[in-house]
Amino acid sequence: MGLLALFRRTPPTANVAKERLRIIVAQERNARGRPDYLPLLRRELLEVIRKYVNVDPDAIQINVEREEGHEVLEFSVALPEKVRP
Amino acid sequence: MTEIIVVTSGKGGVGKTTTSASIASGLARRGKRVAVIDFDIGLRNLDLIMGCERRVVYDFVNVIQGDCTLKQALIKDKRNETLFVLAASQTRDKDALSAEGVRRVLDELIAEGFDYIICDSPAGIEKGAHLAMYFADRAVVVVNPEVSSVRDSDRILGLLASKTQRAEKGNGGVKEHLLLTRYSPKRVATGEMMSVDDVKEILGLDVIGVVPESPDVLSASNAGTPVILNDQSDAASAYEDAVARLLGETVPLRFVDEPKKGFFARMFGG
Repeated sequence: MGLLALFRRTPPTANVAKERLRIIVAQERNARGRPDYLPLLRRELLEVIRKYVNVDPDAIQINVEREEGHEVLEFSVALPEKVRP
Repeated sequence: MTEIIVVTSGKGGVGKTTTSASIASGLARRGKRVAVIDFDIGLRNLDLIMGCERRVVYDFVNVIQGDCTLKQALIKDKRNETLFVLAASQTRDKDALSAEGVRRVLDELIAEGFDYIICDSPAGIEKGAHLAMYFADRAVVVVNPEVSSVRDSDRILGLLASKTQRAEKGNGGVKEHLLLTRYSPKRVATGEMMSVDDVKEILGLDVIGVVPESPDVLSASNAGTPVILNDQSDAASAYEDAVARLLGETVPLRFVDEPKKGFFARMFGG
């Protein structure tokens, strides 16, 4: 990097690239191998539950666990805390 | 014992064919019997990079469909007695490939006593890419130190771990290696480009080679001579090292650090 280059240097971006990749790659690895109907299933379940209880969209967790010879669809909903009258 | 190696990447234009040609030539130069197969049906290019485009009579699809024998379709390399090229079909589309057909050709090459079969994968994740990796024992994943290439190669790693014969049979899976191309130590030093370690960390792979950005790669493809045969070139030395590592030798990484410059060069660039 010469003196002349100092004046026209764009800021280094390699660390930005690395950070962005780290996040997206982790996210995509996580989604790998899961059935592709999960996001839709999650949304529809949320709609049904919300007819009865006003839960937060983030309060629903869906997971597929693989164990020997079978798969378990794991589904959990955190209900909102009761507001005392 | 034949080893099947797929050269793959997901993204196009990162150097799969250049790498296939150089690794195949490098292995053959060390006396191994090598067949290199172009799986890019409809977009044949390995023949050009290997410099045998005018000698293609029959291709991979012809063999699969029984229009000719495998021997008739294998093109013997001009420079290496033990190296053979199987060209892709230029007129068919990728549906002309079938798993059964590919298996038959590979089995015949194995029976012929080849030491290595290099499968040059097309870009993308469709049929050609799928079949190129399906029967592989090892994979060389070619990556540029750039976001889209790294992400696509991670996608490929997912497929190698699930959509291959070794993964399905559960016998250890495909052994994966990272090969970085178009690497610029200078830009890494200034923080403009991700380093070998960055990419290695994101993908979690061992590095089989780092090929520096080099004008020799274009000259080599212009001439139809795999770049590894250019003894003056850093890119050739880097590929030579990668071949040594494929064969199990331990070789330190070269061309990953910027050469130290003198005072004047540092002050005024150069």
